[in-house]
This record gives sequence, C-alpha cells and structure tokens, in this order.
Amino acid sequence: MTEITLPFAPVEDTGAASYLDAGHTIASWLTTTDHKRIAILYALSITIFFFIGGAAIALVRLELIEPNGWFLTSDAYNRLFTLHGIIMVWFFLVPSIPATMGNFLLPLMIGARDVAFPRLNLLSWYLYVIGAAFTIYVLVAGGVDTGWTFYPPFSTNYSNGYVVAAATGVFVVGFSSIATGVNFIVTTHMLRAPGMTWFRLPLFAWSMYVVSLVMVLATPVLAMSLLLIVAERLFGLPVFDAAHGGDPILFQHIFWFYSHPAVYIMILPAMGVVSEVFACFSRRQVFGYAFMVYALLAIAVIGFMVWGHHMFVAGQSPLANLVFSFLSFIVAVPSAIKVFNWLATMYRGRISFEAPMLYALGFLGLFTIGGLTGLFLASVPIDVATTDSYFVVAHFHTIMVGGSVSAFMAGIHFWWPKVTGRLYSEFWAQFAAITMFLGFNVTFLPQFVMGWEGMPRRYHVYPDVFQVWHVISSGGAAILAVAYTLPLVYLGLSLVRGARAGDNPWHATGLEWQTSSPPPKENFRRVPRVEAGPYRYDAAGRPRPQGTPL
Amino acid sequence: MSEVSRAVQEPWPDLATQREGVGLGIWAFLASEVLFFGALLTTYAVYRGFNPAAFRAAASHTEIFYGTINTVLLLTSSVTMTIALRASEARLRATTINALVLTLALGLGFLACKGLEYHDDVVQGLVPGAGFALHDPPTQLFWMLYWIITGIHAIHLSAGILVVAVVVVLFRRDVIPVQDSTMEGVATYWHFVDAVWILLYALIYLVGRA
Repeated sequence: MTEITLPFAPVEDTGAASYLDAGHTIASWLTTTDHKRIAILYALSITIFFFIGGAAIALVRLELIEPNGWFLTSDAYNRLFTLHGIIMVWFFLVPSIPATMGNFLLPLMIGARDVAFPRLNLLSWYLYVIGAAFTIYVLVAGGVDTGWTFYPPFSTNYSNGYVVAAATGVFVVGFSSIATGVNFIVTTHMLRAPGMTWFRLPLFAWSMYVVSLVMVLATPVLAMSLLLIVAERLFGLPVFDAAHGGDPILFQHIFWFYSHPAVYIMILPAMGVVSEVFACFSRRQVFGYAFMVYALLAIAVIGFMVWGHHMFVAGQSPLANLVFSFLSFIVAVPSAIKVFNWLATMYRGRISFEAPMLYALGFLGLFTIGGLTGLFLASVPIDVATTDSYFVVAHFHTIMVGGSVSAFMAGIHFWWPKVTGRLYSEFWAQFAAITMFLGFNVTFLPQFVMGWEGMPRRYHVYPDVFQVWHVISSGGAAILAVAYTLPLVYLGLSLVRGARAGDNPWHATGLEWQTSSPPPKENFRRVPRVEAGPYRYDAAGRPRPQGTPL
Repeated sequence: MSEVSRAVQEPWPDLATQREGVGLGIWAFLASEVLFFGALLTTYAVYRGFNPAAFRAAASHTEIFYGTINTVLLLTSSVTMTIALRASEARLRATTINALVLTLALGLGFLACKGLEYHDDVVQGLVPGAGFALHDPPTQLFWMLYWIITGIHAIHLSAGILVVAVVVVLFRRDVIPVQDSTMEGVATYWHFVDAVWILLYALIYLVGRA
C-alpha cells in the first residue's frame, strides 16, 4: 500500500462512496461494525433520552412556579427529578461525547481504519439499548423516587419505586461505558498511523484516551455499589443494614468513588472538543499543548481522590474532610491551566464567531463559573452551609449542562459537515448558541442566589420568599427548551437540503479533515503518514472562509 | 486463505499486533474487574474492621473441606489453561483442544463442589435473614458477604466456562485457527478468576481458623 504525506495532501475521489452508502437498510445499520455508523446509532439513542430527561425536568420547573405546587403530587415530583437525574447522567452525559464524537473521530484522528474491536463496539451500543430498555420500563411502570444517588436505607428498605429495575439499567449501561473505554485505550495504543506519535495526537484524541481510563477504572465500582443495593432490596441481605452492624455511609463512599470521577467522564471530553474548536476558529495552534495533555491526566488522577467532598456532612472525621477539601482545591490547578491556555490560544488569533466557536465560548464562560463555585463547595465550612441546597444544584449543572452540553453542541456543529457532508444554517445555529447561553444563565444564576439564601434541593414545596427566583429560573428553562429544540430543526433540514460542505469547510488541519466528508467506509483510501502535530494553523496561512451560507 | 490471514481480523495489520492488542484489551478489562471486586473486598475489610470477633465466629462455620478441594481444582485448571495457551502458540491443535477440555472439566468440578457446599450452608441455616443460625447480628454481615462474593465469583467462573466451551467448539470445527489471538484473552481472564479465588480462600475459609 502506498502512503500519502500530510499535511495538505489533496483529497482524492471526493465523489466516491461514503460510509453512508455502505447499505441503506435498517439491518445494515443494526449489524454494522463501522465505528462511524455506531457513533450515529449512539447519537440517535442519546438524543431520545436527552429529550425524555428534559421533559421530566420541564414538568418539575413548571411545578415549581407555585410555592405549594399546582399539578403534581409530591410522589410524582420525586419520581420526575429522579428520572431526570438517572437519564441525564447515565443515558446522556456519560456516553454523550465519547460514544458519539469519540467513536466517529478517534480512529479518523489517529489515522486508523476502525477501533480496535469493532464487534465489541457494536456490543457496547446494544448494552446501552438493554440498559435503556430497563429505564423505559421504569418510566412506564411508574418511576423511582430515590434520587439518582440511590442512597440506602431509603433505596433498600423504604422506597416503593422500581429501584431494582432502575439500578439494573444503570448497571448494564455501565458495561457499555467499560466496553467503549477498553476499545479506545487499545485503539489509541495500537492503531496510530505511521508518524502519529503520542505528542502529535489531537487534544480531543487525548481526552478520549484519558476519559477511557477513568471509565474503565471508575464504572465497575458504581456497578458494585448498585449490585449491593439490589442484593439488599431483592434478597433481604443486610448489606447496609445498621441493625446488623452494616453501614449506610459505606454505600456513599463506594457510590461517590465512581460518581465523582463520573463528573470528569462528563467534562474531560468537553475539554477535548473545545481545544479543537478554539484552535480552528482562532487560526492558532493550541497554546501549551504538552501542559494541556498533562492537565487532562492530572485532572483524571486527582479526580479519583476527591470523592469525600460529597460527604462533608455525612460524619466523616475532620481529618478526612481536610484532606478531601485540600485535594479538591488541587483539581482547580490543572483546570485553570486549561482555561488560561485556551485564552492564550485565542490571544492575537484571527478569531471568527461561527456557531461552533460561539458554543465553545459559552463553554468557557460557564465552565469558569462552575469551576469557581466548585471551589466554594470544596471549602468545608461553606459546603456545610450550602449542602443539599440549590447552590450545589446550580454549581454542578453549570459544569455538566453549561460546560458539557455546550461543548457537545460545539462538537456537533464543528464536525457536522464531516459526518454528513452538509452545511447547516449558520444564522440559526448562531442564534441557537446565543439563546442557549442566555437561557442557561437565566435558569441557573437564580438558583445560585436562592441556594445561597437557603433553598434546599429536591423540595417540592418552599417558602414564598423564593418564588421570584423559581419563576425566573423556570422562565430560563423555557428559553433553554427552545434553544435545545432549534438544532433538531435546522440540523434536520440540513440533512435534506443543506448545501454540500466540501471536504474541509473550516480549513481545519486535523487528520480527520484530510479525508473526504463524509469519509469512506475505510476512512482513508491510503494509509496516512503523519509528519507534524495536529494544529498547523500558522503554517496553513489560509484565511477563514468568508460568507458561510445562511 | 492461509491459516494466518484467516486469523487476522479488521482493523489489525498482522497477527502479532492483533495478539498484543487483544492482550492489552483484556488487561484493561481486568483492571476494571479488579476495581469491581475491589469495591466488594473494601466492604469486607470495613465490616471486618468494625466486627473482628463476629467475623471470626461466623467464618468458623465455613466448610474448609470444600473450599480446599476447590482451591486445588482451580489451581490445577490454571496449569491446564497455561498448557493450552502454549500449545496454541506452537500451533499444536490437538493438545490445545485437549487441555481446554480438561480445563473445562476442572471448572465444572469447581461449580459442582460449590453447589454441594451451598447446599450444606443452606441446611445449616447460614442464609442471612429470619432463621439465621448464629446469634450475634454482625455474623450476618460475614455470611451476607460470603454469598455475594462467592456468588459473583461463581458467575465469573461460569462465564469463563461458557467462553472456553465456545472456543473448544470453534477450534474443533476449525472455524478459527488455534494460533489466533483468542487464547490470549481467554487464558488471561481464566487466570484472573483463579487469582480472585486465592484471595477469597484466605478471606473466607482461613479467617475463622487462625
């Protein structure tokens, strides 16, 4: 096989068959082992769950307009926010970027034909579907009211929701994460193209590698914690039963040993996405590439040692609190390195504000707010005062929704032409990006305020004094709903009548843009040989394409 | 097609790289498994730390006879599995298959023995809940862990047995050649399940007899 030398090799055979032409039947999609098609299967599945989880919380926000509620029973209210949490965490956020963009792009970015184990990749999607089926069953059967955290003894002895089915769904979907993680680790180690050294990997590929390590090492612990809950609830074994000397707090330790790293499972891929976007739309190479890599690794490693900050009021020893607090502050260092490096990447760049860039800038602002309020909560005395308040709710939504979802949208818009070969309406995309940023802040800034003033989370009824904040927050949620629905419309239209994008509409320099858009089934018609890093925007010397069509 | 080209699958360039990849993949998966069992053994450690006397009393009711037989069976199965792996690398098809069948038999022997032990445990009233045979409440914690830990281990072993059985059939019908990367993964997983048992043997059967 001959090799072509990149960068800037002309792409040949652009009119030839793409992965989308490899079969048009539903069976050809359901039995595919092509990483690009599996990515699309995942994208469709998580989109469905995103809107189910969104609908659940829309009802909650609507209910909270009145201090004493107006159309939901307290039981229904509990079930809605629980379903929202379970679906958004495990069926949207955790798989969101890795299973869609990671699956699609990792092999393209490193110059491979596919992931290391294509059939395992398909199996991971089926595991997701099986887990999803359990969750749908819970939804239809009547829900679960434990909150997404499944704390005993409520979940084991008292809840009358469908705890076992819900926990089983999460247990199964966890193994789809592990399968994806194993696949990405081996792919990155073994299948890089000639010349693609570790320090020539795009930061998105690095983020996929690092997040895979976290998924593989954290998810099994969640699986065990849920298995123990099921064992107690189903078989009556006294796992966390204090009457027999068991310890419900032990569950919290095991649960958060996974669930804190899970926050990094949600945010590390987002960091990878925006690194690509900032470089491309500033026409600059990423500032401090090596430190960006080390920061990803540092966040992943330290992220495993901070779970106790979820338990400052659970009766931990003061020493344990001190250590967990200190380590939580330490996570801010690599996070800040990343923020400053993104800013330095843009400094003196030729910045343009296409939709992906707007979404990425939204990520940057919201991640900073979420990160800084995280420092408040890492401090023991402030956390004791604000535990289980809306301040905490606003903090983690700012990271996970403001941060991760913004980056998810940035990535979807950045790589949309790569995946579909089409352009979308730039105007509506920019409009949606700005709407999302505004809607997000209108929703969650009031929650910071009322949380600080003492509004507890998960409460169905609340004192009148908080009503004004709840009403503003619900109004913001309505704006967010519009912003989330718009992309369905204009991206859907782009599939039907979007203009052909050409192979590289952004004039980006990553390896994934050096093949046709959409790519052929085998990704590259010749094995690429890599001779430089991924961000050659200075060398590219090309102006931004002007006048992207509306 | 030649034997070797039949063994190489997409997207691997050659068999050696594919074997290495499968090895890395299974080790990554086992790292995950270590954390899975780790959470359970942490629970054991914490509860035993809280209730050392009750754990000693409860553990003295385990059946060390069955436990020891099972340890011998599993450790022997690791030997036969190693023979199968080496034979597959040397392309000795018959030896590979025979060693795998022997491994399979030893694994099934373990499960049968475990079944007899479970039966005895149930008869002696060692299932936590109403009618539990021992009086001190934390002794139920030990037996709760006994059932969960050995149960999960047995599920892992059953999965291993199933995989080995499938591989034997595939080898015998010559669907895949023995020098394929399959044995790399199967053998490593099997040894892991054995290694877990060595820990469990000490934690379950020896604790009450020190």
